[in-house]
Amino acid sequence: MSMSEFFNMGGYAVFVWSSYGLALVVLVLNWFIPYQQHQQNIKKLKRQYRQENKQNDSSS
Amino acid sequence: MFKWFVKWFHRMGSPPHFYRFAGSWLPWLTVLFALLTVAGLYGGLVLAPPDYQQGESYRIIFIHVPAAWMSMFIYVVMAICGIIVLVWRMKLAEVVLICSAPIGASFTFLALVTGSLWGKPMWGTYWVWDARLTSELILLFLYLGVIGLYGAIDEKRVAGRAVAILAIVGVVNIPIIHYSVEWWNSLHQGATVTKLDKPSIHWSMLIPLLLMALSFKVYFIISLFQRVRAELLHRERNSRWVEELFRS
Repeated sequence: MSMSEFFNMGGYAVFVWSSYGLALVVLVLNWFIPYQQHQQNIKKLKRQYRQENKQNDSSS
Repeated sequence: MFKWFVKWFHRMGSPPHFYRFAGSWLPWLTVLFALLTVAGLYGGLVLAPPDYQQGESYRIIFIHVPAAWMSMFIYVVMAICGIIVLVWRMKLAEVVLICSAPIGASFTFLALVTGSLWGKPMWGTYWVWDARLTSELILLFLYLGVIGLYGAIDEKRVAGRAVAILAIVGVVNIPIIHYSVEWWNSLHQGATVTKLDKPSIHWSMLIPLLLMALSFKVYFIISLFQRVRAELLHRERNSRWVEELFRS
C-alpha cells in the first residue's frame, strides 16, 4: 500500500480523517485545559503565600 | 480484605492523599496511554484489512465505538459517585462526579459527530431521529445539564447533591442507549462486540478496537486526575495541606 493510497482511504478520506482529526482536537483540549487550570491555581497560591510572607515580615 | 478496602476507601477520600496519589500516577498513565494509542492506531489504520462491505470507511469505528462506550461508562461512573455523595456525603466523590461531566460530554460529542461522519457515506445521511442516535443525544444533554446545574447553584455542597440526583436519575438512559438497536427499528447496526455469544467481528479488527477502548479509558483517568487535582487545590486553598505544599 502506497502512502497516497493510505491517505486516500479508498475515497473516504474526508470522513475518516476528519473523524480522527476531531478526536485529536477533543483529546488535546481535554488534556490541556485542566493542565493549564491547575498550573494557574498553583501560581495564584504561590503568589498569595509570597504576599502573606512579606506582610508578616514587615509587621513583625 | 473488607477491612483493608474500607481503610483504602477512607484514605482515598482524603484530599491531600488523593492529590499526591493522582500526581504520582499521572506520568505512568501517560506512558500507558501513548503505548495503547500507538498500538491501536497502527492495528486499526495499517494492519486491519478493509471491510468487505464498507471498504476503508469503517475505520471510523476505532474512534466512534470507543468514544460511544466511554460516553456511557463515564455516566455510570457519575451515577455511582452520585450514590456515594448522597449516602456518605463524601467530598471527593462530589469532585469526581463534577470533573467527569466535561470529559463525558466530550466523548459523547465525539461519538455523535464521528457517527454522523460515518453515517453520511454509509447510510446517505448525517442524521436520523432514530432511537440510538436520539438517546445518545439525550445523553449529551444530560451531561450538559449536570455541568449547567452545578454552575447555577452557588452553595457548592447543595450543588453537589443536586447533580448527584440528576446523575442517578439520568442513568436510566444508559440501558436505553444500549438496547435501543434491539427494541426499535434503527439504521444503526446491532451490537457486534458486547453481546453474550461470540463477538461477530474479526480479531484483526477486534484487537485494535479493544486497544483503542483501553486507550480511551486510560485517557479518561488522566484527564479526570488532572481535573480533580485542580479542583481539590481550588476548594482546599485555605487548608493546611495546600499551604504546606506551596509555601516556601
